Amino acid sequence: MAVVNMRQMRDNQAGTIAAIKAEGELGRRIRDMGLVVGTSIKIQGRAPLYDPVALRVMGFTLTLRNNEADFIEVEVEE
Amino acid sequence: MKTTIALAGNPNSGKTTLFNTLTGSHQHVGNYPGVTVAKKQGTYADNGFEMTIVDLPGTYSLTAYSLEEVVARDFLINEKPAVVIDTVDASNLERNLYLTLQFMEIGVPVCIALNMVDVAKSRGIEVDAKRLSDLLGIPVIPTIARNGTGKKELIAATNKVALDPKIPNPLIISYGQDVDKALVEMEAEINSYDFLTNTYPARWIALKYLEKDQQIISLGKWKNPSLASKLEQIVNRVSRHLQDTLDTYPEAVIADHRYGYIKSVVKQGVLFRQYDQNRLYISDKIDKVVTSRFFGPLIMIAVILGLYHFTFTYSENPVAWLEGFFEWIGMLTETHLPDGLIKSLIIAGIIDGVGGVLGFVPLIMFMFFGISMLEDSGYLARMAFMLDRIFRAFGLHGSSVVAFIVSGGIAGGCAVPGVMATRTLKSPRERLATLLTVPFMNCGAKLPVFALLVAAFFAENETMVMFFITILAWFGALLVAKFLRVTVIKGDCTPFVMELPPYRLPTLKGLAIHTWERTWHYIKKAGKIVLGISIILWAMMTYPNLPDSKIQEFEAERRAAKIAVSSSVIEEIETPSENNELSKEAQILNARLVNIDARQAEAGLKYAIAGRFGSVLENVSRWAGFDWRTNIALVGGFAAKEVIVSTLGTAYSLGEVDPEQTEPLSRALAKDSEWGPLVALSLIIFTIFYSPCFVAVICIVKESGAWKWGLFSMVFNTVLAFILAVLVFQVGSALGY
Repeated sequence: MAVVNMRQMRDNQAGTIAAIKAEGELGRRIRDMGLVVGTSIKIQGRAPLYDPVALRVMGFTLTLRNNEADFIEVEVEE
Repeated sequence: MKTTIALAGNPNSGKTTLFNTLTGSHQHVGNYPGVTVAKKQGTYADNGFEMTIVDLPGTYSLTAYSLEEVVARDFLINEKPAVVIDTVDASNLERNLYLTLQFMEIGVPVCIALNMVDVAKSRGIEVDAKRLSDLLGIPVIPTIARNGTGKKELIAATNKVALDPKIPNPLIISYGQDVDKALVEMEAEINSYDFLTNTYPARWIALKYLEKDQQIISLGKWKNPSLASKLEQIVNRVSRHLQDTLDTYPEAVIADHRYGYIKSVVKQGVLFRQYDQNRLYISDKIDKVVTSRFFGPLIMIAVILGLYHFTFTYSENPVAWLEGFFEWIGMLTETHLPDGLIKSLIIAGIIDGVGGVLGFVPLIMFMFFGISMLEDSGYLARMAFMLDRIFRAFGLHGSSVVAFIVSGGIAGGCAVPGVMATRTLKSPRERLATLLTVPFMNCGAKLPVFALLVAAFFAENETMVMFFITILAWFGALLVAKFLRVTVIKGDCTPFVMELPPYRLPTLKGLAIHTWERTWHYIKKAGKIVLGISIILWAMMTYPNLPDSKIQEFEAERRAAKIAVSSSVIEEIETPSENNELSKEAQILNARLVNIDARQAEAGLKYAIAGRFGSVLENVSRWAGFDWRTNIALVGGFAAKEVIVSTLGTAYSLGEVDPEQTEPLSRALAKDSEWGPLVALSLIIFTIFYSPCFVAVICIVKESGAWKWGLFSMVFNTVLAFILAVLVFQVGSALGY
């Protein structure tokens, strides 16, 4: 087990959210969509220009810009 | 008694479809007071039930960060609807319940419409509605909004809640020791001062303080500053404590516990999943291709071209019919009213003005139909996803692309539907920057101007110059967007965090309602103002009339021309017959008279306010190489860009010039010593960038919700255009062109 930044995750890699470092509006938006500590996620893919990133949360697809994914730390299996 | 019901829910939960199913065509669209968020209202009447249903904006939460959420929240608090029907997507239960909990925390009566149970079932997701209802203590009715399943049951359950005199107690969730302790302390303070408690529950106010909710905090400061600062102190204390012990914030703790509560509810036999929750469904498999690195952009280009083709090609005929209709009315007026000012006012001011507004209607309908299709199917979100990286660099949003394309990103669009297309953008700053820059695109009405100038001065490089014009417009628009985003619309990017909803087949009913309501909105809002401005412009080009002595001079010329020929020729002209060709003498006389009419029109135009204005402006416009004729034409272009060509025609004594047939004018310009390729280039650049036509300005005002942005786009764009034109003309002159 290791904790990595969401930006560093590979396509199709799964993990569990370990921490969300964003405050204010961005933090609120991220949490509103169900990204809270303990939620499991899976990277679904990236846009043709490698940004934003699409991920799977609780059965739906969510997109985030890379600089927004930077605030999210994920525990992944090696 | 008529009860008011609020319809709420997450975006993409099928809320709008449910609204359409419940209210049918009994809908009414307006705005929430003071903001540009659309407020849809409808009625349901059946079986003795009669209710007014208000469609709240689709939101994921009830924070003070977005206008939609504030509007929804204020409506619940101020209008106190009898029941909130909360549309919950059955295949996204956990995330949708997050909003439900927030309704229950405010203490409004809630009834859940567990929607799209069929889709959930096909995905192997089963929700026990009865169990969920028992655990939450509120009715849960399974529905399929698309075909009306569960509608009767939902109404019956809603009515039962509405008739229940017992108002539910606000839901109390435990947020962990630290936050709970602070909440109790704050609640006591709030209650002892009756602080805002006649509007909100005490615990909810305390929660909002902990969540750093700006609306409640500033309200509190104004109401009771000393108590407000006391509450803020408690918040600061908890924040510090949480930061020191757990490296987190109260906001985060609250969200974590809400989701914790939801997970515990769902685990008690409510939700059954047949498959792993990361399983890919058909929609995700489509996305593997549609958003892939190679096929994604190709498919997107095809879709954009398709939308463009659909909007502008299929609307061609209805537009032509409308034009024909207004021409016909104009002709009727022409033949049945006596010559004079009234006639001129009715034709040039009123009929052209109303025709100008209604002429856009087919275009807007087709455009919104196309965009609604992209939006409802879920493809629009994919476009935003794929293009965001590019548009973000200029302070815009991935979704901005649609507005740019429709406005003329591919030459030949129209800024009016383009400005209105920015409605699909949810981020306020990005939206404003988009709607202020889309008018730079080359709309169909600017094309005749370019065609005229290119034919006169750049005939051998036609394709290259037209391509250059398109690229220049894009570059200019994106750079100006960036400029606006670091100056007048400064501010961080709105977070992109966006759901990619599953692909869905749009319902025809939904598309029709969508299209009609937006079109009607346009007609209603733009109509009155456009008519007024159209009359003002007409007056500017008409008044003051030529002095009688001048008119006498032209009359004398006419008489002289007639005296010079024999009376039989005059008779031939004055009694036109269908089949006989005019004799040579008659043709010469006719040409002479037409020439006199045209020169009189030119003199009249120069003498009117617009002409004087143009002449005065000449002092300034010289810097860009424009004379008074061009100035008047550009003023006329404010009415509609194609008017530039016809006004130039009048100013060059060619009479009215049809924008489609500009060869004579083109030749006249090419011969004129005042003109040259440099002036033409300067005018092309000015035309790209200067003030949007006034129909577009009115749309900017309506969409931004403020006159100041309409004014801004007129002044800023014109100044920018002038600077660029002067730059080109002066540098070009210095280089000896």
